Amino acid sequence: MSQILARLFPPQTRRPDEVVIEIGIVLSMLFLVYMLTRLKKWGWLWREWLTSVDHKKIGIMYLVSALLMLFRGGVDALMIRSQLALPNNHLLPVGQYDELFTTHGTIMIFFMAMPFLFALFNVAIPLMIGARDVAFPRLNAISFWLFAAGAILFNISFVVGGSPNAGWTAYPPLTELRFNPGVGENYYLVSLLIAGIGTTITGINFMTTILRMRAPGMTLMRMPMFVWTVLVTGALIVFAFPPLTIALLLTLLDRLFGSSFFTLGHGGMPMQFVNLFWLFGHPEVYIVVLPAFGIFSEVVPVFSDKKLFGYPAMVGSVLAITLLSYVVWVHHFFTMGAGPSVNAFFGVSTMLIAIPTGVKIFNWVLTMWGGRIRFTVAMLWQLAFIPAFLVAGATGVLLATVPVDYQMHNSYFLIAHFHLALIGGTVFGVLSGMYYWWPKMFGFMLNERQGKWAFWIFVSGFFVTFVPQYMLGFEGMTRRMYTYPAGLGWGPLNMVSTIGAFVQGLGFLVLVYNVLWSMRYGERDLTGDPWNGRTLEWSLPSPAPSYNFAVIPAVTHRDEWWEMKQSGKARAYKVKSSAIRPIHMPKRSAMPFFLGVSFFVVGFGMVFSWWVITIIGALGVIASLLFSAFDYNDSEEIDPEDVRRSEASLGRLEI
Amino acid sequence: MPKRQSTRWPYRWIPLAVIVSSLLSGCGQHYTILHPAGPVGQTELNLLVLASIAMAIVIIPVWILLAVVLVRFRDNPRHKGTYIPKWQRSKFFEVMLFVVPLIIVAVIAVPTVQKTYALDTLPRQKDPLIIHVTSLDWKWMFQYPVQHIATVNYIKIPAGVPVLFKLTADSPMNTFWVPQLGGMEYTMPGEVLPLWLEANKPGVYMGRSGQFSGRGFVHMVFKVDAVPRTAFNQWVHQVKTTAPSMSVAKYHALAHFGYAGAESFSSYPAGTFPTTSHGFTLTGSSPMVMP
Repeated sequence: MSQILARLFPPQTRRPDEVVIEIGIVLSMLFLVYMLTRLKKWGWLWREWLTSVDHKKIGIMYLVSALLMLFRGGVDALMIRSQLALPNNHLLPVGQYDELFTTHGTIMIFFMAMPFLFALFNVAIPLMIGARDVAFPRLNAISFWLFAAGAILFNISFVVGGSPNAGWTAYPPLTELRFNPGVGENYYLVSLLIAGIGTTITGINFMTTILRMRAPGMTLMRMPMFVWTVLVTGALIVFAFPPLTIALLLTLLDRLFGSSFFTLGHGGMPMQFVNLFWLFGHPEVYIVVLPAFGIFSEVVPVFSDKKLFGYPAMVGSVLAITLLSYVVWVHHFFTMGAGPSVNAFFGVSTMLIAIPTGVKIFNWVLTMWGGRIRFTVAMLWQLAFIPAFLVAGATGVLLATVPVDYQMHNSYFLIAHFHLALIGGTVFGVLSGMYYWWPKMFGFMLNERQGKWAFWIFVSGFFVTFVPQYMLGFEGMTRRMYTYPAGLGWGPLNMVSTIGAFVQGLGFLVLVYNVLWSMRYGERDLTGDPWNGRTLEWSLPSPAPSYNFAVIPAVTHRDEWWEMKQSGKARAYKVKSSAIRPIHMPKRSAMPFFLGVSFFVVGFGMVFSWWVITIIGALGVIASLLFSAFDYNDSEEIDPEDVRRSEASLGRLEI
Repeated sequence: MPKRQSTRWPYRWIPLAVIVSSLLSGCGQHYTILHPAGPVGQTELNLLVLASIAMAIVIIPVWILLAVVLVRFRDNPRHKGTYIPKWQRSKFFEVMLFVVPLIIVAVIAVPTVQKTYALDTLPRQKDPLIIHVTSLDWKWMFQYPVQHIATVNYIKIPAGVPVLFKLTADSPMNTFWVPQLGGMEYTMPGEVLPLWLEANKPGVYMGRSGQFSGRGFVHMVFKVDAVPRTAFNQWVHQVKTTAPSMSVAKYHALAHFGYAGAESFSSYPAGTFPTTSHGFTLTGSSPMVMP
């Protein structure tokens, strides 16, 4: 018994700051249970959310999870920056810093950026293409619950068993048992494997949805740009995740069953892990940044009141980036001695990506040229993206210059580069998308004034944090150092960077206040089209009814909704009563939730090598899948009368 | 809306001001990468400068264009720009948007490829010094195969002579990096990777690991002491005659987790450096045979 407790709660889970956080978590859980019970909301939670297969609700669950993870990853970042603020600092106990940069990176990429994007995929894509749901609604719910299982498993590591501490890239042989004896790395491997299944399914699901479920008349070249980017992101996911899965699985075999794929001795080849990891890792960069490009391509035309400039060039650029993103992965390890021919090839291929990316940036600027730019919060995030991403892209080209990379590899120059790209690209993108689609999700607007405060505070903090880090790179500071001596001149810039990080933290808090305030006092969106939108989702009421479209529209133009409004059909959103047919919709199901729980149990057992628990979980997985396979009663028809009643109550029925 | 316009402009220039002032401050001696002390570092810095200028030629006009667009076309009764909501194609722009970046990329790519090959070739006219480097947890071991001496956490090299480092690891991965002399290369178990560097003039240059390898990785620093040729020969002689020899037991003690100061050894046991490898070798006059 005491042995089990010692494994569950080793010393690194009992540091004072962690104990405080753990007590906080337990108390807030108890409060949540108390409130749900008191307000009698358990049934509502179960029926409306946990068992829902509605893409709009799944999107909202992704969004809530992503914001929570942004908070957790942000706290990690602030602890990292606090430790680095001064030379010879001993604020954090030895070893905790290593755990923090590992969980910060892993959470921000896998459990913040990806679900935040999936939230917007779910919320917007079916509405934009005139569909009633995604192609595989139940699989969509499975994706979410597998993501949730992975995320929860990863996040409990600092409470139970200890956090991983080998960086988000987890290069072996540092992850080998003899160098890393705790269970932390198991958490990393197992949770990413579980969440990875969910991600792969999401990729397949959205690719299928976009290819098969567009409204009649919506040809590929009439699709909104966001739909294009999600389509290619699906393809990127499907081809990029298998190498990651293999790399993680083989490392897990090394750790749990004593194999020697990537070990120091016994003929292991650690570099092969690096190769596989980045074969996934570089397309991953585009998985998180291409949809952000798509969001900007929606936001810019709407708030410039003008057509997107150069649509065919935009589509071509996205496709070019997609293809090129598969042939650049070696630029993550020019310094692993692959020889000049290989390095030169990958250096040049990386520089080539700058061309389509530059084309896109120019096209956004030219879209604004001759428009009427409204500075809404969604638009401001886009406008901050352009200068930030220009710097990120330019420094990316410097890093692609192979001999320069020999110097800058793993330095703070690199850290600054990818934070500018990932925050300036992905985070600004998803926040822009969040403000843009928020009324469509919830039926009320986020307060613009508070949103602008959050924006200005966050963006100033962002540049103050990361620009000095470029300089630190020139001073020779490398990543993942938990302390540094005085006398190297690194102190002042690190202090500036830390101050910037806290300003960003403040910006996030203002954003949360903005959301909470608007939930209570926010302006209702009664029109369904608060921004004078251009695409089909704005033809629907906010929030959209469960079946989305009472009648599937026939599309004749790009920017269909805007064209309808232009051609004088101001009441085009009205639905003819006689056109309403019975609507075939998927039924809610508890199976995805149980599958998620079962996978969590499997994962938890594997982390500690407690095989009885793993087998119990595996039986749960098999039972859920069998149940689902023979569950033929998985859909229902909505009576046209119900649809008519609901449309009439929204004032959208034309008799 | 008009009220907010007036306050927006000062903020917009903050990032630019920060960047410019930081670039100007880049002249300080702390910016080791901008003050190379050898031909490799100098080549890398030259490319950095070239690529930075080429990139500045791209991004600064776009920043200016963006600023102009935001002033001219803001939705405000006083705005001066014409409204052309359906303008979405322009052959001229679409061609230029591909051609101009292509030229800029070519300007950077051609010297990049040239220098990538050049840095992979040892200078022909000079005979290099060979040093075998092994990263351990958490220290650096250096072996001079010709002189047959070994050191820990420091090396002496003759100034003005290329040094061929052969890098491996008996530990998790690290990178071997002496910023003032030139870029880094990984040390990996089971592989031997080559890297050549040269110090132009005598001096002490700090080296460190650039790849996280566990708790003690920040302490993996070493000193590179470049001295005139004669002083180097004297030092080798001195180590050979006065320093203790490294036993197998001592090697295993070094390989174990822990830290070490600077140490010297008059000899080292055979078999502590891999003799076969699937790594690449440098081209040029380097002796390819593993001594």
